[in-house]
Amino acid sequence: MERGTREYTLWSIGIALVLVFAMIPVLWLISLSLKPSAAIADGRFVPSEISFENYESLFAGGIDASPFIKPLINSILIALSTTAISIVLASFAAYAIARLEFPGKRAILAGALAIAMFPPISTIGPLFDMWRAIGLYDTYPGLIIPYLTFSLPLAIYALVAFFREIPWELEQAAQVDGATPFQAFRKVIVPLAAPGMFTAAILVFIFAWNDFLFAISLTSSDASRTVPAALAFFTGESSFTEPTGSIAAAAVVVTVPIILFVLFFQRRIVSGLTAGAVKG
Amino acid sequence: MEAHAQPTGASERTRSERRLAWLLCAPAVVAMLAVTAYPIAYAIVLSVQSIDLRFPAEGGFVGLDNYASVLGSELWWTDLFNTVFLTVVSVSIELVLGMAIALVMHRAIFGRGAVRTGVLVPYGIITVVAAFSWQFAFAPDSGFVNGLPLISDDMDWFGDRFSSFAVIIMAEVWKTTPFMALLLLAGLVTIDGQLYEAAKVDGASAVQRFFRITLPLMKPAILVALLFRTLDAFRVFDTIYIMTAGAQDTESVSILGFNQLISRLNLGLGSAVSVLIFVCVLIVAFLYVRVLGTRVEEGRPVK
Amino acid sequence: MSEITLDQVSKVFADGQEAVKDMSLEVGDGEFMILVGPSGCGKSTALRMIAGLEDITGGEVRIGGEVVNDRAPKDRDVAMVFQNYALYPHMSVRENMGFALKLAGVEKGEIESKVTAAAKTLDLEQHLDRRPANLSGGQRQRVAMGRAIVRDPKAFLMDEPLSNLDAKLRVQMRTEVARLQSRLETTTVYVTHDQVEAMTLGDRVAVMRAGVLQQVGTPAELYEEPVNLFVAGFIGSPAMNFMPAELSGGRVRLPIGEADAPEGVEGREGPVVAGLRPESFEDAEMVGGVRDERGVVLAAEIDLVESLGSDLYAYFHVESGAVESEQLAELVGERLEETGVPEVREGQEQIVARLDPASRIKRRDSAELWADTAKLHLFDPESGERLASTAHD
Repeated sequence: MERGTREYTLWSIGIALVLVFAMIPVLWLISLSLKPSAAIADGRFVPSEISFENYESLFAGGIDASPFIKPLINSILIALSTTAISIVLASFAAYAIARLEFPGKRAILAGALAIAMFPPISTIGPLFDMWRAIGLYDTYPGLIIPYLTFSLPLAIYALVAFFREIPWELEQAAQVDGATPFQAFRKVIVPLAAPGMFTAAILVFIFAWNDFLFAISLTSSDASRTVPAALAFFTGESSFTEPTGSIAAAAVVVTVPIILFVLFFQRRIVSGLTAGAVKG
Repeated sequence: MEAHAQPTGASERTRSERRLAWLLCAPAVVAMLAVTAYPIAYAIVLSVQSIDLRFPAEGGFVGLDNYASVLGSELWWTDLFNTVFLTVVSVSIELVLGMAIALVMHRAIFGRGAVRTGVLVPYGIITVVAAFSWQFAFAPDSGFVNGLPLISDDMDWFGDRFSSFAVIIMAEVWKTTPFMALLLLAGLVTIDGQLYEAAKVDGASAVQRFFRITLPLMKPAILVALLFRTLDAFRVFDTIYIMTAGAQDTESVSILGFNQLISRLNLGLGSAVSVLIFVCVLIVAFLYVRVLGTRVEEGRPVK
Repeated sequence: MSEITLDQVSKVFADGQEAVKDMSLEVGDGEFMILVGPSGCGKSTALRMIAGLEDITGGEVRIGGEVVNDRAPKDRDVAMVFQNYALYPHMSVRENMGFALKLAGVEKGEIESKVTAAAKTLDLEQHLDRRPANLSGGQRQRVAMGRAIVRDPKAFLMDEPLSNLDAKLRVQMRTEVARLQSRLETTTVYVTHDQVEAMTLGDRVAVMRAGVLQQVGTPAELYEEPVNLFVAGFIGSPAMNFMPAELSGGRVRLPIGEADAPEGVEGREGPVVAGLRPESFEDAEMVGGVRDERGVVLAAEIDLVESLGSDLYAYFHVESGAVESEQLAELVGERLEETGVPEVREGQEQIVARLDPASRIKRRDSAELWADTAKLHLFDPESGERLASTAHD
């Protein structure tokens, strides 16, 4: 039908626009990363020739000499640890909030909300001082702890929303069918809760992976510096054009996995964000 | 473990339920408070002292001197203006764009997965990475923007205050519009589709339907989204740091705080800035909540 | 003039589903037409095509003689009452009712007077400034009607407007709707799945099934002369009893007995489906002389008795008889499944009979019942079409 085709094309254009809007910076980075250093300043969106030298220089020198490998490892380990701990803590709290009756429930939720709106910059000073005093400065825990604090609200809200959707009567039904409470929990509840926890984990991981402020304030060396912070220091004494290619290559390395991640889990992520964010 | 509350006072079961609940929540609560409640208290303490880590020997209680210095400095007020300016402009643009994207996502009959992915890429990307990308794009020699039609070939985006702002805003909008779109989408889906049909039959055009049905019914969701995004935008740091490091008078209050604390190691002044930022955020939040009243509660779609 | 005509209208959805197949229907000016049928029969789709909320795949829809296929809903001058009322939650009752007029640019004073008049008719005057959320279900329903009335349109289109009300309110509102329509004399197309509503409200009723119009007629026509098994089984509550039967030599052999074959089936032999409404049964003791003139008397083991005060329903079962009948029942059962009418179990038929409330028949009685075979309907077992009935015209 005529009206149908016109609508179809309009929607296609709209969707294409959104996609282009989203991908321009990524494509640009990929393009930059593939340009040989001579061509880096040519200002073209599509590279005239392709070279992998930027990627090579990133990894050259192995773990010690490369400016990128150690930070990458740091990022991965710190983000994973944060995610694991955060989800465990948030799950406990979310389970209590979603299922049990107790005073202070609303206070905790309100408090979590307040923390989500808190300016991290206001904690940098004291943390800097405290960590130096305790010896957590420039260490993994030194970053993991603040990450926990600021990721918990999001995780708790998302998990509370997910847990509320679980039909808990199933647990009792399983017990009537002959399962022990623990069996019932393990075989019935856990599989139902797992997807929600996975989604919350994705959200926390992205948060920790993304952080810049804490990373540059609370680290000073490759000991625990993560990729975002390391990137900022790529721009060293060398001339401006040099690091552009390396930065672009490094950026691509840390971004492509995220894009694949997003591609596979987009439905989950959206539901987690709307559940968590909207409820919050 | 059942979830219903006991009608009469605290029976043994209620009390054990409460105990369990507190036990479960404790670790998370501790983790959350440890890095917020204590540091902010500590920051207040630090702010009334003169502490310069470069000169550790000097120092001591100076009362409100630090605050006086900050509030009396032109830099603070410039930065505050910058921050507010960036916030207002970014959030306004994001609201309009986010609404458009939310509508596309809501009504799309096909390609939903593509749109969702497109919308989440900015969300997943590291802010710093995105900032670099945009910075490189607008750089005078290596960037591609100056090669675009209608844009002068040697425009120096980062040489001027407001053109720098333009790039910063562009990057911020790109990064956070998706989140705004998702928040708005959540509000959109709560509107009963039949209302649009009734409006169609009543004689409303698409535009009329949007302004008379969609917008009014989305008010709570819009206000919540605005609240979140405003507070978020107020804290802008990453993008500015990467793009201009605050040059050309583009510094934000967070960068000011950072500079004092980490670069200059002046914990006293820096803490004063931190506390003032916190106060500003509180004021913004308070104003919003006042305006929203109980609307924030209403804004939460009932699942 | 505001007649509505559907001329060979069909609707195919994007996924290939044929919701409405080649439907032709004429609704006269001022007529109250009911579209009735089970869920998924296409009645709502048909209504929405008249309203303009669904595109028309084939055929023409004409309102007042003009083809409206490509016209937007707002240009068709029809008003719609939705099942869930679709009241604008952020507007007061007054604003809800006046919305369409406001969009049309009608002058403020006129809107006021029209809204007030409609509110008076529907007894909504004290609610005019309230929000829908603060109204009861019945009040909301009236506001939805008020919204339609205020526009004084060419036609009212109603999509199951009463199905969200509780039973008692529904009955009350039914008469309200009927009274309103006859007063306003606006052409009305009303969709419902409830055949009682259909029978009591409409001037004429159109029965639909799986996108196909089965029969259009007055309630009496549908009741007494159903054109096929489906209509026969759909209209009337409790439903018509079906049983396998056999035509042979001018006689029809039923599980409950034998009778003369009705007119119109001369020469036809073989298996058929027979239908007899519960009302056609009676307690043999209470029947009087008629039992000697016509009908069959049968012995029945009463399984269950439902006493409603004004009616008495007795449930019993009869054996289908010989082997051929069993096979027939199976065959017929299959066909009937296809045609969507209650299944005829092989070997045993469950029959419900409506008896005089004064009857003393009780559960587990071995009772004597009389069946008025003059009221028999016969249907072709393959197509479900009616062969003949002995019912009077």
